[in-house]
Amino acid sequence: MGESKSQKSVEVNAENFSECCSCSCKNIKTILAKYGSDRVRLMDILIDIQTNVGCISKESVKEIAENLNISKVDVEQTLSFYHFFSEKPTGKYAIYLNDSAVANMMGRSDIAKALEEEVGCKFGSVTEDCQIGLFDTACIGMNDQEPSAIINQRVFTNLTKEKVKLIVNGIKNNFDVNDIQIEGYCQATHKLITSNVCSNIKKEGPILTKDMKVGDALKKVILMDPNDVIELVKQSNLRGRGGAGFPTGMKWQFCRAFKDEKHYIFCNADEGEPGTFKDRVILTERPELLFEGMAIAGYSIGSDEGILYLRYEYKYLQNYLEDVLSTLREQNLLGKDIGGKAGLNFDIRIQFGGGAYVCGEESALIESAEGKRGEPRDRPPFPVEKGYLQKPTVVNNVETLCAVTKIIHQGPKWYRSLGTLDSTGSKVMSISGDCDNPGIYEIEWGFTVNDILEMVGAKDVQAVQVGGPSGSCIASNEFKRKLAYEDLATGGSMIIIGKHRDLIKDIVMNFTDFFIEESCGSCVPCRAMTVQFKNKLEKIYRGNGVQEDIDQMLEWGKVMKMNRCGLGHTAANPILTTLKNFRELYTAKLQKTDYVSEFNLEEAVQESCAAAGRIPNLGGDHE
Amino acid sequence: MNKIKIRINDIVCRGEKGQTVLEIAKDNGIYIPTLCNYEGIKPQGSCRICTCMIGGRMMTACTTPALDGMDIVTNSDELEKFRATIVELLFAEGNHFCPTCERSGNCELQALGYRYKMMVPQFPYSFAAKDIDADNPKIMIDHNRCILCKRCIRRKKEKDNPNWFVFKKRGAKVQINIDHELTADFTDKLAQQAMDTCPVGAIIRKEKGFDVPIGERKYDKNPIGSDIEGLKE
Ligand SMILES: Cc1cc2nc3c(=O)[nH]c(=O)nc-3n(C[C@H](O)[C@H](O)[C@H](O)COP(=O)(O)O)c2cc1C
Ligand code: SF4
Ligand code: SF4
Repeated sequence: MGESKSQKSVEVNAENFSECCSCSCKNIKTILAKYGSDRVRLMDILIDIQTNVGCISKESVKEIAENLNISKVDVEQTLSFYHFFSEKPTGKYAIYLNDSAVANMMGRSDIAKALEEEVGCKFGSVTEDCQIGLFDTACIGMNDQEPSAIINQRVFTNLTKEKVKLIVNGIKNNFDVNDIQIEGYCQATHKLITSNVCSNIKKEGPILTKDMKVGDALKKVILMDPNDVIELVKQSNLRGRGGAGFPTGMKWQFCRAFKDEKHYIFCNADEGEPGTFKDRVILTERPELLFEGMAIAGYSIGSDEGILYLRYEYKYLQNYLEDVLSTLREQNLLGKDIGGKAGLNFDIRIQFGGGAYVCGEESALIESAEGKRGEPRDRPPFPVEKGYLQKPTVVNNVETLCAVTKIIHQGPKWYRSLGTLDSTGSKVMSISGDCDNPGIYEIEWGFTVNDILEMVGAKDVQAVQVGGPSGSCIASNEFKRKLAYEDLATGGSMIIIGKHRDLIKDIVMNFTDFFIEESCGSCVPCRAMTVQFKNKLEKIYRGNGVQEDIDQMLEWGKVMKMNRCGLGHTAANPILTTLKNFRELYTAKLQKTDYVSEFNLEEAVQESCAAAGRIPNLGGDHE
Repeated sequence: MNKIKIRINDIVCRGEKGQTVLEIAKDNGIYIPTLCNYEGIKPQGSCRICTCMIGGRMMTACTTPALDGMDIVTNSDELEKFRATIVELLFAEGNHFCPTCERSGNCELQALGYRYKMMVPQFPYSFAAKDIDADNPKIMIDHNRCILCKRCIRRKKEKDNPNWFVFKKRGAKVQINIDHELTADFTDKLAQQAMDTCPVGAIIRKEKGFDVPIGERKYDKNPIGSDIEGLKE
């Protein structure tokens, strides 16, 4: 497939770059030493170099390869997989403007234009003085405060043309991004959080309410037999909140049953599903609850090492979360001899990603944490048997692990009293799009879509995207359905789409592009069919489609089930669920004949005729 | 007790614990088409063409360990249609001009095209601009023909030394990347091995070719899978 236009302009600029911009990393030896020249820590090494100098040059690749004793192409393999790593300089200030569907709904194109004007270069390129780069990026988890951008790890939300002026002005005056002051931004939760991101909590439930003392649940657990802890989690009927809904207690039991010298517990904070931002808010407001949950999980499965896999977009939380971890260590809730129990050790480190949605898939996440490209593994074996470094590993979502802490603290019976019979407890929902009060709502399972629409002040709703692009786009006839595993299951997000939107263009096309960009590229249908879908969609949208095109797409949809992982399984869902629920939008664009040529001869020869000063002769009647 | 029994297409098949579904099927004369699989190297289900219904679920035969009592369907109309679609997707994604390809007649993709009686893919050709990497003294990598099966990558990975072949980028932009320094002193033997590993004409030896004339090549004589299906008699 050809390179996209925007990428070409990076390259054009990068050519000039080699003369005027250097991106050699002088600290590379220190960085390599910091990670013990361990091949497994390649992600950390690349992240440190990228954040240090804004790119990872050929020389750096060479030095890394020699130091880690791997081939250069192996380093390039990892480097080229992740969105935020770049072989070409990205500028002293790299501006990544969110390109998600909701960002576009909230006026992204005006902000993009303003940025290009103020900065003086196009998206996908860097200014000639190598100072500022402009890039697109997939959903950064700020859907309730779009348009937003990340600049050198700081997130700027609710962008307006005026704010763009202020920011670019600050940059041009060589300010540190963290020193750029903008009025009217909400106050950060903690002084170590430098971004003014709002948590926007609109409704609190068991997880978001601060009603327990940090460590109480863990102290209770360490007096129990690990099997009994697992039993409690099983009794609560807790199911994974990362989307798949696997029973948490059972997962732990499986993992514990695989005897090995080491077990690992991962917290999945990749949160790449566009429209989802609940884990960001939990991490900001309740990190202790999460870390305690990880320690409880560690105790239960017999693990002394936990890893929080955090998406690169949330790097602005790093110092804050590290600080929380050290406080927990001081309180003896992490580290050695936890709670005074001799020999009970458990600690947590943070592993950042590099910008790849597929790394939210648990086996891809593990591959990534091992320093490789984030390609999902074949299953079996499952991670509970052979996970991180081939050791038994549990991967759980942020919210799942928080729920565990509360379940231990207040008992499974209490937890079962919330929600429905099959879906116990609460669900933290990310709500965004066309409504008065976007933000975070922690509800009990069993609320209907209508309940939520009313709660968030949504009027004139055309469609609701439940569970992000990989979920489904539903119409009003389904708004009475209940959010529950047994009815309308969701990983935790709803995007509300008003009647005034062009559903196919604003939503379906954006999501389809997202999957093309984010596929790991391994499976044939996931890599190639997504592109065919897009071309077909564009053909119909242009008005060149016929009924057969729709029939074909429905057939192609079935083939997507052949893919290896959930990304491929769901990559056609934006098209398939709108074909199911909004068929009239497609049929309205169809030609009423059996065949229309995709090729327009008149259009095709226009340019050359203009150049030659001729009138096109299209066969037909001669003049 | 290492012997196991599984049912494939309602036929009872015997095999051993530790074998994959694909291996047992083959031993019992049942051909399941593959592209990314290569005997002797660790399977990785990336082409997805060997997908079967295993215990009611779609799973790749090359990576799934057979378990006693498994019930498997390999050849339903739907599965065969899906396989044909994958072959067509690959033809549309790359630039496969068989008449000028040294691999014609020995190519697994072309052979599967014949098996599925593909006249023209249902998808428009992409005609994507792809390069040929001819920097290595012994081999050429023709990205136009590469089906990204990773056989070249995995063949190398078995051993402990650095990777010569790897993937680069992701999604529709993914491509094979070869380490030119490490492969600069490729021997003829290694070059031949690399070419043999490739199912299509994407790895081609330089200054060597057409040892076997077109018309007398592997699949010119016997359609793909016939060696396995022939066992039935
Ligand atoms: C493409 C893809 C992306 C995913 N992204 C996430 C994610 O961002 N966060 C998450 O917790 N789970 C994600 N999952 C689900 C995980 O694979 C896994 O099921 C989950 O982390 C298990 O945790 P749980 O049992 O607590 O839900 C994703 C799955 C797929 C296929
Ligand atoms: S389905 Fe897509 S993302 Fe998942 S492994 Fe296959 S190619 Fe990669
Ligand atoms: S070069 Fe050949 S063996 Fe390697 S991935 Fe491409 S098609 Fe497969």
